[in-house]
Amino acid sequence: MASVNANPQAGPVRFWDRLNIGTKRVIWAWTFLALPILFYAGIRFYPTFQAFWLSLTNWDLLRPAQFIGLANYQKMFADPIFWKVFQNTFLYLIIGTPLSLVISFVIAFYLDRVRFMHGFIRALYFLPFLTTAAAMGWVWRWFYQPVPIGVINGILSSVGIPQQPFLRSVDQALFSILVPAIWAGLGFQIIIFMAGLRAIPGTFYEAARIDGLGEGAILRKITIPLLKPTTVFLVVFSSIGFLRIFDQVYNMTTNDPGGPLNSTKPLVLMIYQTAFSSYQMGYAAAQTVVLFTILLFVSLLQLYVLREKK
Amino acid sequence: MLTKTKLAGLAAGVSFLAMGSAQAVEIEYWQYVFDSRIQAMDQLIEKFEEANPDITVKHTTFPYADYQTRVVAAKVAGQGPDVVQLFYGWTDQFVNGGLIQPLDPAVFPHDEIESEFFPIVSAMKRGEDYYGLPTAVRSLALFYNKALFEEAGIQPPTNLDELVAAAEATTKRDGGGNITTAGITLDMAGQDHHWWREALVRQNGGAPYDEEGNVAYDDEAGAAALKFYTDLQTEKNVGLVGFMDEGQAAFRAGLAAMTIDGTFRLGAFANNPFEWGVVELPADANGMRSNYSSYFANAIGATATGEELEAAQKFLAYISSPEAMEIWLDVVGELPARRNVALTEANLADPVLGPFLKGLEYAHTTQFYDEAAQRQTAIDMVNRVLLEGQSIDDSLAQAAQAEQAIIDQARQ
Repeated sequence: MASVNANPQAGPVRFWDRLNIGTKRVIWAWTFLALPILFYAGIRFYPTFQAFWLSLTNWDLLRPAQFIGLANYQKMFADPIFWKVFQNTFLYLIIGTPLSLVISFVIAFYLDRVRFMHGFIRALYFLPFLTTAAAMGWVWRWFYQPVPIGVINGILSSVGIPQQPFLRSVDQALFSILVPAIWAGLGFQIIIFMAGLRAIPGTFYEAARIDGLGEGAILRKITIPLLKPTTVFLVVFSSIGFLRIFDQVYNMTTNDPGGPLNSTKPLVLMIYQTAFSSYQMGYAAAQTVVLFTILLFVSLLQLYVLREKK
Repeated sequence: MLTKTKLAGLAAGVSFLAMGSAQAVEIEYWQYVFDSRIQAMDQLIEKFEEANPDITVKHTTFPYADYQTRVVAAKVAGQGPDVVQLFYGWTDQFVNGGLIQPLDPAVFPHDEIESEFFPIVSAMKRGEDYYGLPTAVRSLALFYNKALFEEAGIQPPTNLDELVAAAEATTKRDGGGNITTAGITLDMAGQDHHWWREALVRQNGGAPYDEEGNVAYDDEAGAAALKFYTDLQTEKNVGLVGFMDEGQAAFRAGLAAMTIDGTFRLGAFANNPFEWGVVELPADANGMRSNYSSYFANAIGATATGEELEAAQKFLAYISSPEAMEIWLDVVGELPARRNVALTEANLADPVLGPFLKGLEYAHTTQFYDEAAQRQTAIDMVNRVLLEGQSIDDSLAQAAQAEQAIIDQARQ
């Protein structure tokens, strides 16, 4: 066998050998790139376009899809539950994203200065991020129970405050779900913020102190502006996360998903129910198109607003 | 050389398999994952294969949450089961979707079905055809915690007034007035929506649906039924929706004196750390009782033809036979669907099975179109009253409208 490889290949000069090294590299690069491109086209782009088409049909899995124009969209925009869900989705975004960013920045900012048990404290903050959303949802669901088993209500009633309904209230339920959702994402955001803080050269701070700038001014003029790339990344990342919230809501309200009275239902949960509980695939696809549009719009808007001014 | 030997062996194996399949028919049976149901079905298949050596049955199961989707997806792929289990409430979807075929009256005579099974089997009939037969049926009853009843010195209730009195006597509250032990569980997401629809509405002189299956509870009877239910929390303060998360969890933990649940809960309650008893659902003031019964039926898949169809019919006949029902009762604990198998003296005298069996005699079976969505309308109806302070009449009207819309949509 070895002797075969030792012999140089005979015969006419092949097409491949006539190419120069630069062209060969390009061909190789595209050969390797073709795989992810094909994968993306087949697994991501094709279904996306298929969903656009499905949203114009009345497909219900069982009968062949029929084209019904914009009827699904008309039905959706006339449905008060859709608007309620739409509002909930934005509440998760508008409250969740800024709150989680502010908290994680403050923690990262001060944790950065802590030397005592630094690694341990950081690990504690990161721990919830490693936990399965389903497990965490269930633990918090039991925290929120009324007495005699709910921990939070147990504490409230022991100090004489009336017990709160939490998940059983149309006003409190959404916030009750947001708390663990924010808490779960904190660890990740803190780590990213700390990496961003460490990347700011120490000489800037030294120069500022020599010039006599106060701590507040340093924070405003140096730290926050120089953290912008980190902030942009986290804003986009966390916004998409809150717009797509599902696990926490579903696990904390499985008896009445998105309830009570749709007060916690996000768009993704509505899509899930329309598709896999009522089998209205066309209608679900229309809702998906709306979610896709929102995600695209919000991401582009944020990139534009937070863009680098040159 | 080695490859050749392997190939030869493979070829021999393939031809052997082919010979095997030429002699025996293999049919596929599908049901959802539930331990005792799988055990019972395995026993039935074993006995069936003994009696019919030329037929083998392949038993396939899916988690309940995926089950319907898998059946539908299999049909789209043209790979459906030969015999399939379905909830009676899915019949419309399965028939309209062409997933199951009507039972041949020559093999399953209608007069025999109608005389031997409980009348609720009619929920499997569409037009002139039956689309499936149940092995077992379920009904509701009132479970009560004997220890808590003894402590309060009371007897299990027989009517609704006694139910309220018993709940009041067994409820325990802390210093702040919060319930620490509920008199009765309130859980519309559980079985309470059936109790409300088929028992409370009827006991107040109404009917949940009219002859055509349209919503008919938006009247005084429905309002009285809803008021009775929500009063348990608002006026009487003997229960709390969401107490211990779920009604069955509260009862299992010994923190609820009464709960309404079905035969399927017997297994879960079997190892409760306290003694419990079962009585029939409470009657109204005139002694009128009602109950809700449901079942999973077995049907023949639309794709079964020729000798597979024949084998599927034999198998369906066997798993609907008295012998199969007795095995099912022993292993799963669900009530036999044939009257003469169910209503034996031994069963009726059984302190646990007896109340459920008596319930079957006067039970109704709701004609569901989209069970999950219709249940949601009942959950929301109660929540609007309890959480948003909406009036009983308005909430009832809104629920009736929402449920009718679901029914209309499904009939399109």
